[in-house]
Order: sequence, then structure tokens, then C-alpha cells
Amino acid sequence: MTLDLDRARHLMRRGKLITLVGLCGLAVVYVLALQFTPIEVRQGLAQKIFYIHAPSAWSALLSFSLVGFSSALYLFLKDPRLDRFAASSAEVGVAFSVVMLTTGPIWGKPIWGTWWTWDARLTLTLFLFFLFVGYLTLRAAIPDQAERARFSAVVGIMGMVLVPFIHLSVYLFRTLHPQPIVLKPSAPSLPPEMLRTLLTSFGVFTILYLGFVTLRYGIALAAESHGDDDA
Amino acid sequence: MPEALRLALLIAAKDLRVELRAKTSLVSAGVFAALVLVIFEFARDPTAIGATELAPSILWVTFAFAAVIAFNRAFTTEKENAAFDGLLLAPVPRGSLYLGKYLANFVFVTAVESLALGLFVLFFNVDLSDALPGLVGVMLLATAGFVAVGTIFSAMVVRTRFAELMLPVLLLPFMVPPLMAAAQLTSRLLGGRPLSEMAGWLRLLTLYDVVFITLCTLAFSTVVDE
Amino acid sequence: MPLTEAPLLEATGLVRAYGRRRALRGVDLSLAAGETLVVLGPNGAGKTTLLRLLAGLMRPTGGEVRVMGLPLKSGDTNARRPIGLLSHQSMLYDDLTVAENLLFAAGLYGLLSPREAVARALEEAGLSDRAADLPRNLSRGMQQRAAIARALLHRPSLLLLDEPFTGLDASASDRLRESLRAETIKRSGMVVVTHHAAEAWELATHVGVLVGGRWAIRETRPDNLDHFLRRYQEAVRA
Repeated sequence: MTLDLDRARHLMRRGKLITLVGLCGLAVVYVLALQFTPIEVRQGLAQKIFYIHAPSAWSALLSFSLVGFSSALYLFLKDPRLDRFAASSAEVGVAFSVVMLTTGPIWGKPIWGTWWTWDARLTLTLFLFFLFVGYLTLRAAIPDQAERARFSAVVGIMGMVLVPFIHLSVYLFRTLHPQPIVLKPSAPSLPPEMLRTLLTSFGVFTILYLGFVTLRYGIALAAESHGDDDA
Repeated sequence: MPEALRLALLIAAKDLRVELRAKTSLVSAGVFAALVLVIFEFARDPTAIGATELAPSILWVTFAFAAVIAFNRAFTTEKENAAFDGLLLAPVPRGSLYLGKYLANFVFVTAVESLALGLFVLFFNVDLSDALPGLVGVMLLATAGFVAVGTIFSAMVVRTRFAELMLPVLLLPFMVPPLMAAAQLTSRLLGGRPLSEMAGWLRLLTLYDVVFITLCTLAFSTVVDE
Repeated sequence: MPLTEAPLLEATGLVRAYGRRRALRGVDLSLAAGETLVVLGPNGAGKTTLLRLLAGLMRPTGGEVRVMGLPLKSGDTNARRPIGLLSHQSMLYDDLTVAENLLFAAGLYGLLSPREAVARALEEAGLSDRAADLPRNLSRGMQQRAAIARALLHRPSLLLLDEPFTGLDASASDRLRESLRAETIKRSGMVVVTHHAAEAWELATHVGVLVGGRWAIRETRPDNLDHFLRRYQEAVRA
């Protein structure tokens, strides 16, 4: 038991360190975005939220895919570490989804005049958010560890299978319902400075993901070795 | 008849008999559907929006919520007296167990949907006769899909404390693709649109059904066997 | 050399664990036809887990259960046929009559003449005149009789019992003991999990004490119950 606690503490330290690196990176991104990146012609300053908005969507998607994969692996290998990882990834993913879903409207309102649009990315992230919430709510309601891991794994895999269907639904909806042309920020005609800031931000958000997950995993491990069933 | 199918039908028949005796879920779902329709009717301005435009949304919202009520029934009866243990103990393949529950749920949900459809025609004075065959087809196709997911999720949540609250939270993201497709198809059917405009949604619906019925059948054993 | 026949029930190295937590830590068991094993132990020792593993209601993390030589796996259903389970819950549907419940169970086991089997089971349980009643309208003792009828309907060779005497008054307990004795005469094998050694003592041919997920005592049933109970207390305290 103390072995677990030591390992947990080690992981938490490691996680904090990685997160710190990520946060420094985030500061760099802010500086880059505000100081060293040109202002977009049509959208003005509001466009700079994009450097946080798009990468957080990426992190949310990354979190979700990893929940799905470790769920599938858990069903084959039955290793509790995989379940613990999936739960940690889900919690981190929910946070990133919320960031994406709040920066979206903040960006959207000044530029498009609306708080929300049903574009592919926002819609998908909204669904990821609901899936995460369902997943975590279910986990919280099952006291038995083995049962919790089994059920979560099934939901995780089913969620992963659902994502392409969400994509397809949104795609069908949009092609058959012409929407007003929305700006596509990932258009290839991004000037090099913007691309640089964007890519840096993607990297930073990936590091933040790793840091948060490691930290959360460590917390879960510590809670379990204290005999607390609600890790 | 293959044994697996016989067992599935036996279980489905048992579920139906239990529900017809107890009537609780059927009545709640039916009353709920009627209530939703009444609210929709009194909430709209009949001069501004025609019933036909609103029909897809009204119908599919009603069907969706009524379905969730119906799903809760599937495994709560099994909790009494640990009856489910009796099913797991017996030489019943888990696929048959799933299929039996699925069939019973399918019958319930389509029964409530048919009732809701009838009430809709009555309350809103809409003539559906031309679109009816297509409408029934869409109802069956979409229901086949979300009953698959509803059955397995209700097996999971029955063991949690707040099963009735948990089920919609888990289930609704999964119901969106078939509901969206169904609503779109209903809208086109009522508008008399050509089949070519519906092909994409029909494919989506069929693909969803095939994928999720298969996935849920396979995953059922993991859920019910401890 | 006589041909070795597979024992009625055989469990080897049963482990039930999740991560560090172990409910069972390697339990072996062997039961031949006609034998009755009584399993005792303090709460949390793993008795119910063991029974559920033997019934195929739970999957072991490690080890294997074989019934009449066939491994118990969720894929293969034939191994389940000889198993009957009687717990303190009746496994009956409250909205179906006793007869309907039994007919359903007969269908689950694929019995060839379900109606005859049900009629016979009702008669043996003394419930023929209550066949059209709902379980919730029966007394606890009668519910238990209906549960027994359901458990024995398909003539299981292996009977697993989980605290079957719970909540039964003296006459219902006696009646249950009689039914179980009749089963042993038929050369069924039984595993009885109970808190009260005295209730099942006469039926037992073997006795086992589970402590902390392992056997602390496992032997043929001694004659002196009091002496055994003293050893039981020591084993539990250890």
C-alpha cells in the first residue's frame, strides 16, 4: 500500500512539473499571440482567442480518444491502471471541452454576431462534453470498483464509436442546409507567424494535457491507496 | 427454431406479459406523450406556424422522451427478488438475453410511438395518409437504433442509485444521430420531397442501426456478467 | 484402474480481485455426487463471492470452475444446466403467477414437458392450490417453497444454497431441510453457505471455513458441533 502512495506522490510531482512547463508555454503563447502575431484583417483582435480555442478542442478530442482506447484495452487486459487512466483523461477532457465551448462564443459574438453556431467543431465538442459528463456521472454512481471499470469501459468504447456518427450527422445537416459561410480559420492561407503561434499553442496544450492527466492519475492512485473507493 | 431465438422470444414474451399486468411504464409513457403534445399545441401560434412544419420536432421529441420512460422498465422488474440472477443462472446465451430485452423494448416503444402519432393526428388535425407508410418505416428504423443503446444502458444504470436520472444523461448523446436523421426524414416525407433527398439520412440511420445493434449485443455480456 | 470420473463440481485456484483488493485469494474445491459442503465464515470472508463464482454468476479473476467436467464460461451455456441456486431471494417475478413463473423457468431450461414438470414441482412443494397466486401475496414460507420449486424444477445435480434459512420460521426451516435431505438421497451435490452451522449441520458431509478469502478449515464434517464451533472461533480470530 505504501508503495502505491509513494508512486502516487511521485506521479503527482511529475504531473505538477509538466503542468508548470505547460503553463510557462501558455504564457509564451499569450506573448506570441498578442505581441508577435499580426492582427487578422477582418476579425480584428477578437480573432486571437482562436489560439486558445482551437488547441483546446484538440486536447478535448485527444482526451476523448484516449478514454476510448484505454477503455478498449481495459476490456482485454483488465488492468486497473487503464481504468484509472481513462477516468483521469475524462476529467481532463471535460475541462478542455469547457474551455473550447466558452471561448467559442466569446470569439463568435464580436465576429459573427451570434453566441453560438452549429459548426462542425463546436457541435462535436459539445457532444464530447455531454459524453464526458455522462461517463463521469456514471462512474460516480457505482461504488464497486470492478463494476465501475467494466461499465465505464463499455461507455467509453460506445462513445468512441458514436463520434463518427456525430460527424456524419453534422456534415449531412450542413450540406443539405446551406449555412452562411463561416470563416474557416484553419484555411491554408495562414501567414507564417499565425501558423507558428498556432502550432506552438497546439504543442503547449498537448503538454498541458499530459501534465493534468499525470497529476490527476496520481491523485486517483493516492486516493485508492488510502482505501477511498471514490478515486 | 434455433434455441437462441426461442429463448429470446421467451424472454421478450415474459417481459411483455409482466408489463401488461403491471401497466405502469406503458401508462406513464403514454400519458407523458399526450402531455407533451398538449403543451406543444397550446404553446404555438397556429396562424404563424403550421402543424406540418412543426410535426417532425414535436413527434420526435415526444418519441424520444417516451422511449426513455419505457427503457427504465426493462430492468427494474428484474431487480425484484433478484429475478435477473435466475436469467443469468440458466443456460441462456447472453446474446439471447439481450435480444429478448431488445424485442420487448422495441414493442413497447413502437406502441407508445403509435399512440403518440395517433394523438398527434387527432390534436393537430394533420392529414398524414400520404406520408404514412414512409413515416412508419422511419419510425421503425430509428427506433431500432436507439432501442439498442437504451437496452444496454438501462442494464447498467439499474444498479445505480438514481437510475431514472442517470439514463437520460448517458443516453441522449447517443440518441441524437438517429433522432436527427428521423426528424429530417419526417420533414421531407411530410413535404413530399423526392427519395433522393432522403438517401443520405437513410444511409446514416441504417448504418447506425447495424453498428450499434451489433456493438450492444457484443457488449451486453460484459455488462451483465460480473 | 477404474476410470476417473470428473467430480460433480471442481474449482481450482479461484481468485476474485480488482487491483489490490482480493475477495478470494486462491480457493480450491471438489464435490462429488451425494456430498454436501457447508461453507461458514465471518462477514466479508468471501462466502457469497465463492457461491456466485460456483453458480457462474460471477467470473473469476483467476482459476476455473468446472461442473461435470465442463468449464463454466459465459460463452458455453451447457455447463449451467446441472446447476440450481437457492438464495434468500426467490428470483420470482411478482407480476406473474407462481405457475407462470415456473413455466417460464421451464422454458429457460428447455424442458421437454414443461407443464408436467411444473405440475409435479407444484405438488412436491405443496403449492398446487396456490399456483394462480402472485408471489407477493404468499407468506414468506410459501414464497420460499415457490423458490425451491423453481430451483429444483430442472432437476439440478448441483444445488447451491446461499443462506437459505434466512427469515424462515421453524416449520418452514424444517420443511426446507426435508426437501434438501430428499435431494441428497437423489445423489445431488450441495454447497450451502450459511451463518448458522447448526441449521445445516446434519445435512453436511463436509465443512469449510472461509476467512479472508481463503480456507481456514476444510475437512469432512466432524460429529461434535460444539467442539467444531470452538475451533471455528479460533480460526476466525486468527
